[in-house]
Amino acid sequence: MLPLIVVAPMLGAAVAALLPPGRLPWLWATAVSWFMLWAAVGLAAQVMDLGVLSYWMGGWAPPIGIEYRLDPANALLALLIALLAAVVLPFAGPSLAAEVPERKSPWLYAAMLLFLAGQMGISVTGDAFNVFVFLEISSLATYTLIGLGRNRRALTASFSYLIMGTVGATFFLIGVGLLYALTGTLNMADLAARLPDVAATRTVHTAYAFIVVGVCLKLALFPLHLWLPNAYTYAPSAVTALMAATATKVAIYVLIRFIYTVFGPSFAFGEMPTVQLLVPLAIVGLLSTSVVAIGQANIKRMLAYSSVAQIGYMVLGIGMATATGLTAALLHVFNHALMKGALFLALGCIAYRFGTTQIDTFRGLGRRMPWTMAAFVAGGLSLIGVPLTVGFISKWYLVSAAIELGWWPIVAVIIVGSLLAVIYIWRVVEVAYLQPAEDTTRCEAPLALLVPTWLLVGLNFWFGIDTRVTVGIAERAATLLFSTAAGGAP
Amino acid sequence: MIPSASTALEIAILVPLVGALLIVLTGKRPNLREAVTLVTAVALFAVVLRIMYSLTREEIIEITLIEMLPGLSLSFHTEPLSILFAAIASFLWIVTSVYSIGYMRGNKEQHQTRFYACFAIALSGAMGVAFSANLLTLFVFYEVLTLSTYPLVAHKGDEAAKKGARTYLGILLATSIGLLLPAIIWTYAIAGTLDFTPGGILEGRIAGGLATVLLLMFVLGVGKAAVMPVHRWLPAAMVAPTPVSALLHAVAVVKAGVFTITKIIIYIFGLDFLVEVPTERLLVYLAGFTVIAASVVALRQTNIKRMLAYSTISQLSYIVLAALVLAPLSEIGAAVHIVAHAFGKITLFFAAGAIYVAAKKTEVTQLSGIGRRMPWTMTAFAIGGLSMVGVPPTAGFVSKWYMIAGAFQNDNYFVLAVLVAATALNAAYFLPIIFRAFFDTEDEPPQKDHGEAPWPMVAALTTTAALVLLFFVFNGPVVDLEYGILKGPQ
Repeated sequence: MLPLIVVAPMLGAAVAALLPPGRLPWLWATAVSWFMLWAAVGLAAQVMDLGVLSYWMGGWAPPIGIEYRLDPANALLALLIALLAAVVLPFAGPSLAAEVPERKSPWLYAAMLLFLAGQMGISVTGDAFNVFVFLEISSLATYTLIGLGRNRRALTASFSYLIMGTVGATFFLIGVGLLYALTGTLNMADLAARLPDVAATRTVHTAYAFIVVGVCLKLALFPLHLWLPNAYTYAPSAVTALMAATATKVAIYVLIRFIYTVFGPSFAFGEMPTVQLLVPLAIVGLLSTSVVAIGQANIKRMLAYSSVAQIGYMVLGIGMATATGLTAALLHVFNHALMKGALFLALGCIAYRFGTTQIDTFRGLGRRMPWTMAAFVAGGLSLIGVPLTVGFISKWYLVSAAIELGWWPIVAVIIVGSLLAVIYIWRVVEVAYLQPAEDTTRCEAPLALLVPTWLLVGLNFWFGIDTRVTVGIAERAATLLFSTAAGGAP
Repeated sequence: MIPSASTALEIAILVPLVGALLIVLTGKRPNLREAVTLVTAVALFAVVLRIMYSLTREEIIEITLIEMLPGLSLSFHTEPLSILFAAIASFLWIVTSVYSIGYMRGNKEQHQTRFYACFAIALSGAMGVAFSANLLTLFVFYEVLTLSTYPLVAHKGDEAAKKGARTYLGILLATSIGLLLPAIIWTYAIAGTLDFTPGGILEGRIAGGLATVLLLMFVLGVGKAAVMPVHRWLPAAMVAPTPVSALLHAVAVVKAGVFTITKIIIYIFGLDFLVEVPTERLLVYLAGFTVIAASVVALRQTNIKRMLAYSTISQLSYIVLAALVLAPLSEIGAAVHIVAHAFGKITLFFAAGAIYVAAKKTEVTQLSGIGRRMPWTMTAFAIGGLSMVGVPPTAGFVSKWYMIAGAFQNDNYFVLAVLVAATALNAAYFLPIIFRAFFDTEDEPPQKDHGEAPWPMVAALTTTAALVLLFFVFNGPVVDLEYGILKGPQ
């Protein structure tokens, strides 16, 4: 089952490329994504029962062979990717049909499945070089997907992401290469066991620096985020939803994995100035991009900036270097995917009707598209962190972690960030509900788009009220990441 | 069929929600919709009475809906203070509904379905606040109340309404997310629980100076109590239709605020603990300052509703002040004043709304001689005004009696001085209006020939005025009930 979850979308992509243009590639991709969800749920349940799952590629024992390794941390991530894919792909059919020419559909869904294969691969692999391979697979697919946006600026957006993404991936590769040169292994667990002996060398320090900067480019940590707003704005709606919900999250996971498992907290936080680097950048990033978000006229771009801000919260949690902070970061990875997914899908509904997401379009939409706007408001409330939504749970843990450390200024920063979110969300709400539209006919999005959107909205509330699954996995993952770090090899 | 007390507790929160749903469904048929509102209001009051009945028999009711976070649940319980707030809110909802029907139809307001539905949701939030068994639950419903009243404040939808509603939402969300939530998380971090416990949960866990900071965060974080400097939302919300002002000032919103503060003082900090905190005095001064300052500002207002708004700010701080005196009798005074102020202020707002509907007058200076055209309304206004001053035979006298007695109990002469000064100021702005209405001659020629407002409005305001008088005589049950809050740890 463990390799299947990567192999299925990869082979599925080849099949999708061969299918005739039309609805068939979409149906096929949806079926594959549902299979992935089924597999991911099964795997997550197994991980919660058995602890760590390990699969040896081709039967070669690690560290020689490639190992797929699933523990609570990446089980949560795999579940997240599969869940979002399974919800967004049904949405993608009608939405992308309106935005992308039909003849391109086989390639489009092939790219989407490749993207998923890459994402899933990164999250389940236990091999450092394998991470790079899957990173490139998913990135190449992403460049294609962004370039399919109907605005011609999508091409430049895709190109600038290509440049930045390649720089990031190369940095990452340089880092991995240095580690390999030093230790002779690429298996993460093996690396973790061998690195402490050579931790004092300049090579390891350099490798760490390259890897962290490279990954931070991919996860769009301020100030390395400049590729993200354009990419999110000009990509087709469904692609944006999927990317916003999963791509940066996977990069966050890679960061966590390398800091906590491969290098170990004692090295990352003891020898290297990780806290001094990540925490200030996270703070400046989350405040400045929230402010920038307030001034955006295109709501899709506004949410893109908000995504960069939210990444700040996650990096902040990682930078706290405590179990609670890490739990908060992991929780927010999952929760933010749900809220941004819901918000971008709601925007997708609007783009489906109007072909644009400029704020002027929103006038009177509260009456014209009541369900879509209600979904947007619900997603927005979750982003703000209103209780009963997942956003509240993340904030609760993040603030708890900050109080635990006695970082009072950070508490203030988190709160100011939430209040800025109130401003940029409410700006839209006011236009939609209180400004009259010139044309007042109802133009609600079709059910095929509304159902996935509301499914994600529902999950926002479900996991905001019943937190056993998410908090349970996140807490176990955090303790595991810390305990393995203390005890050497996982 | 009479439901068991714990079922009744669940029903109390559900009834208004079901009502809201039915209101939306019957939106096309106004008569049926209004009938639904009235039936729901009466049903809710009946349910609250049922709960009150079991409380008088000392049955302990506690229900847990769901565990949101480990050790933190959404749960409800009953105690004397909560039943008082619930009874007031649900009873006044009946009266306000009758009044709303007259007002909304008399003024031919738009979007009436949205109005009644949001009103019902707000009541559900108020019930949740009233019966919450811990701070987390309270916070959840506190935000429900904030968000559900936003559309009510912005009801008219013009620029002024939007601006007022923005201030309303901005201040309430900013204080609750910015101060109340961190205070709650902080409390949880030091006490390990958030349950409302007789005798408090913080004793011996936090140093005196920090306790004052925490209390300050709570007092200012509960923006609904409108202690200066977080009072600006209340005058801003005056753009709302009068029934909404009644909801804000008497039925639910500000009452939820002072109720929360009283509850936090009694059940989170504990009177015995706070008495030993020397710097707690600072908060007494803050509340005392608000009482006087708001009264002085009210003195200078010419718009009737704005004047009443500032009067509310001052009266709310009476309650906060009384709660902070920490003497047993003053706690009772605080509880009784929640009732007394509710009856008095709702009468005043009803009268102001009736004047607006019948005569389209909004300024104090326009009221000359109006007492002869609208004798019922202005008599009620006079009774409400006298209750604000605290003159027998009105409800305001009863609460003031307990507050002064409490101040003597603790030899708190600052509070005594504040109460005396505020009484004088209240008299200075209410008595001239009453005098002007009954003894001045009308402008020549009269701007508009009018009599009383529509009968439902007059009926509602007469009822509440009668209650102000009756409460002076029949306050025994309430006071007896509230002695229950003084019971120490069980």
